[in-house]
Amino acid sequence: MANDVKDTIQGTEQEQKRHFELVELPRRLIKEKPLGTIGGVIVLALFITGIFADFLAPYGMNEAFIADRLEPPSAQYVLGTDQLGRDMATRIIYGARTSMIVGVFGSLICLITSTLIGMTSGFIGGKYDLIVQRIVDAVMCFPALLILLTIVAMLGPGLMQVTITIGVVFGISGSRVIRSAAISTKENTYVDAARAIGCSTTRTLIRHILPNILPAIIILTTTRMGGVILAEAALSFLGYGIPPPTPSWGGMLSGAGRQYMYTAPLLAIWPGLILSLVVYGINMLGDALRDLLDPRLRGGIGRFGKAKRKSLRLKNSQELDKC
Amino acid sequence: MRNYIIRRVLLMIPTLLLVTIIVFLSIRLMPGSVIDQLQDQLAGVGEIDREELMHLLGLDMPIHVQYGRWIGNLVLHGDLGTSLRTQRAVAEGIAPRVPVSLELGLIGIIVGLLIAIPVGVYSAIRQDTLGDYMGRSIAIGFISIPSFWIGTMVVVFPAIWWQWTPPVQYVPFAQNPIENLGQFMIPGIVLGLVLSGTTMRMARTMMLEVLRQDYVRTAWAKGLTERTVVMRHALRNALIPVLTTMGLNVPIMIGGTVVIETIFCLPGMGRYFLDALNKRDYTTVCGLNLVIACFVLVANLLIDLSYAYLDPRIRYE
Repeated sequence: MANDVKDTIQGTEQEQKRHFELVELPRRLIKEKPLGTIGGVIVLALFITGIFADFLAPYGMNEAFIADRLEPPSAQYVLGTDQLGRDMATRIIYGARTSMIVGVFGSLICLITSTLIGMTSGFIGGKYDLIVQRIVDAVMCFPALLILLTIVAMLGPGLMQVTITIGVVFGISGSRVIRSAAISTKENTYVDAARAIGCSTTRTLIRHILPNILPAIIILTTTRMGGVILAEAALSFLGYGIPPPTPSWGGMLSGAGRQYMYTAPLLAIWPGLILSLVVYGINMLGDALRDLLDPRLRGGIGRFGKAKRKSLRLKNSQELDKC
Repeated sequence: MRNYIIRRVLLMIPTLLLVTIIVFLSIRLMPGSVIDQLQDQLAGVGEIDREELMHLLGLDMPIHVQYGRWIGNLVLHGDLGTSLRTQRAVAEGIAPRVPVSLELGLIGIIVGLLIAIPVGVYSAIRQDTLGDYMGRSIAIGFISIPSFWIGTMVVVFPAIWWQWTPPVQYVPFAQNPIENLGQFMIPGIVLGLVLSGTTMRMARTMMLEVLRQDYVRTAWAKGLTERTVVMRHALRNALIPVLTTMGLNVPIMIGGTVVIETIFCLPGMGRYFLDALNKRDYTTVCGLNLVIACFVLVANLLIDLSYAYLDPRIRYE
């Protein structure tokens, strides 16, 4: 009985601590990571623009002013107009919505895919692991853009197809990181204990493995989001992504607009500039979160004799860079 | 060591088989088959018999028979098949494009290292200073800027300011080395910028780690100058993983070259792939896909082996 009470007290203490950390994170971000804070502001701006695009955009999404084609920036058209007389600022604001949707849902699908594959493959191991990893190999040994091109060409262009394809392909290659996290978590005594009291594989995975590889999952997702947005832009640029007239930053740099860029070079600048800025912000935020969340990256000077941890960290960061 | 290599090569086989099966199936599931396209093209010339055309191209058989014949020819004769469009051997179409992609990739890697290592090292030895923040911003900036945007800017602005446009006609290296290098310089630099980001991050992380090692402290204690400590003691040890990350960029590089080759009109493998995909030239896509996958797998193996070569503490058994 006494033990039970003690456990409950400890439990609530832990819960409080976890809660505290969640509140603490933004504060630490602002205090310790100036670059990460800038990234956070950019990401916040993307979300606000994406969600409230209808209120922020001065004109309709595809509203064309035929008389005012290729106008330079003016009070009427803040960023000028494109070859069909559509307001660039409006197109870019709606493009933010496209990028936001692809970024959020793409990385969400990526998260689910890589967690499912990585966690089961790492935890179950054996033949299952061997077979699954050969499939992962097959996907990883091929340039992501070429796989995406092939699959999107097969499914046909469209926001949903592109988002799902990018999410799944990135998720498969990202599963390596989750797998190595799952393998190292598996060795803990509490996993053996869970098995000993008769937990099923599913329960062990969800209640014991998943919470402990959560930092790895969060880090992977934030670092992949920029890549997901860039992949959509590259696909749209090559004409395989979001079909016009839906505005997409990558698509705005391609297609019919390209020949007008020589007369109105601003057409080439705005979409790329905003796209780069957003991906930059996401990457900065992701890096800062990685530093704050990953216990292995904590502390600065004076870490000697931790060769094993060091090599593990090196391996992880390499894998993150790889995918 | 030899056993390790043999095991790795054997493990490549199922991976490559899977790659070929995936691509072989998926390309045939694409809407707008090669037959439809050929029919559209020949519409003006006269009616063609769909069945006969299918039979002529060997597409009338069940898909597993088609795959079996393709893979059988490949294993037995090393034959990648004939292009459905040109009726020439696929290998013949791919061969002249390999050096183009390799040259572009090589220039990209060299440019990438030349940018990444100095900035990464500086960023690490001046950690948390303004210079470090700038260096890291640049690194992440290069990862964030899409290659197709830099490529577009490099094509559009010189054309407006100096009436310069990238040459449309490709000049082989053997024919005119200087003109060829001039042609590759700008796309190579663009690719290098994109590649330098990840390498720069890696260089910084590794330097930070190495700078905290005992032997670096010893070097300081001996009273060596900062230059000697950084260049002779720290950098040498930090470089090994940095060089290997550059190798990990191989798939990214090939993917990146699709876009850059398209913008700069270079006849490399990336652009060829895109063309073949657009024309639904099934055999060419499968062949190219296999060649690229082989490149990546071999590059990965070489990277792993280079670990052992560069760091004598690592042994493969």
